Amino acid sequence: MKTNEVPQDKRDFKEGDKIHKLMYAVDNDGKYTGITSAGWEAENIATKQAWDAVDEELAETADKVKKGELSSIAYYMQKNLMEVSLLASYVGKWQWQVKRHFKPSVFNKLSADMLAKYAAVFNISVDELKSFGK
Amino acid sequence: MSTVSYKHFQHAHCESGVTANLLRHEGINISEPMAFGIGAGIFFAHLPFVKVSGTPGTTFRTWPGAIFKRTTQRLGIEMHTERFRSPERANQALDSVIATGKPVGMLSSVYYLPYLPEAFRFHFNAHNLVVYGKENGQYLVSDPILEDVATIAPEDLAKARFAKGTPEPRGFMYYVKSVPQHIDYTKAIQAGIKQTCFFMLSPPLPWFGNKAIFLLSKQIKKYPQKLTPRKASLYLGNVVRMQEEIGTGGAGFRFLYAAFLQEAGTMLKRDDLQGFSAELTKIGDDWRNFAYHAARLMKDRKSDLVSFDELSDLLRVCGEKERDLFGRMQKIKW
Repeated sequence: MKTNEVPQDKRDFKEGDKIHKLMYAVDNDGKYTGITSAGWEAENIATKQAWDAVDEELAETADKVKKGELSSIAYYMQKNLMEVSLLASYVGKWQWQVKRHFKPSVFNKLSADMLAKYAAVFNISVDELKSFGK
Repeated sequence: MSTVSYKHFQHAHCESGVTANLLRHEGINISEPMAFGIGAGIFFAHLPFVKVSGTPGTTFRTWPGAIFKRTTQRLGIEMHTERFRSPERANQALDSVIATGKPVGMLSSVYYLPYLPEAFRFHFNAHNLVVYGKENGQYLVSDPILEDVATIAPEDLAKARFAKGTPEPRGFMYYVKSVPQHIDYTKAIQAGIKQTCFFMLSPPLPWFGNKAIFLLSKQIKKYPQKLTPRKASLYLGNVVRMQEEIGTGGAGFRFLYAAFLQEAGTMLKRDDLQGFSAELTKIGDDWRNFAYHAARLMKDRKSDLVSFDELSDLLRVCGEKERDLFGRMQKIKW
């Protein structure tokens, strides 16, 4: 890659344009030098796609919570880009226990301590956790 | 506590960048490519059975911590490294070191670094950064991928340093203890190059090194038959992201390594290394071409058999050229 080929395609989503990464490219004499790049179309497409997939799945889960099929824990887990295994290690439970907490009937019976743990991991209040989708 | 006379330099990759920044603070004039090359940072692995967020794992670099460890060992620099059980202790230890004026490198999770744009904040636990001071209750951060320095609240930094998942940073921090009088770059460069060739060419398993490039190439050919268009698109997107995104980068690493070979060639007065550098630059362009076409195919979301075949071929050619290049590099007479 030549210095004048370093891509400058703006990354215009989720504050992505705040960062200009450094890339190494060769100048006219073939010597390597560092050049900052605003972003590259190919990379932007891939990153955008990954976020779109997250948003799509999140919307589906939000729907299920509103319909009463899942508890709000499932929603906030996805909102925090977590998987069951990661959430389980954050709250100190087994994966099957966390999955059980996805059931609204089980969720409604959770202790105040357990709810506080989840809320802390999601960086929200217990009220927000309880009231989502209601 | 006052700020030390720490100087921040922006770099392309977090680990080689932190290594270079920490060493420069000690008066060792080392560039990022040099740190990356001596640390044998370039690698490839594709693990179809390890699913990361539902897509097969692909990496273009060696495992976290290796670049830093190898580089400092090969240059004879003594480092202090430490992990912690609790965030409180980790913060105390950090405070006492920066109070002496030493910048400290550490592992963190990108997800919990509020100064980064949201676009980059996934649960990636092997991001390296430097804390070089504390002011008004905020830590002063030199993140090598940023153009400028940043600040972070102690609570946020604690979260980032004690993130769960794989790998767990467990508060891992490191700083320079002592620097030798004389540094032998020749030996360090040779060892780095030898190790890179070994890791690229020798693993007898199909998932690691150069062989894995051919594995991925074969897999891509099968995507249209095996996967739904949506899945195929997500899988390809993941390869492109791993290739180009923050802290990683397939083509980017080729250019970084080529820059290393060039600098090493100049330093050791060897034309063969300059030649390898120029070749690798061309191969890096091939990787970029692959990423460009992969992104286009992804955007269309069409399971056009011909395009996946072509894409697979582009990648196979990258693999063949690199097998040849590293093969010849391995035979260098030092």
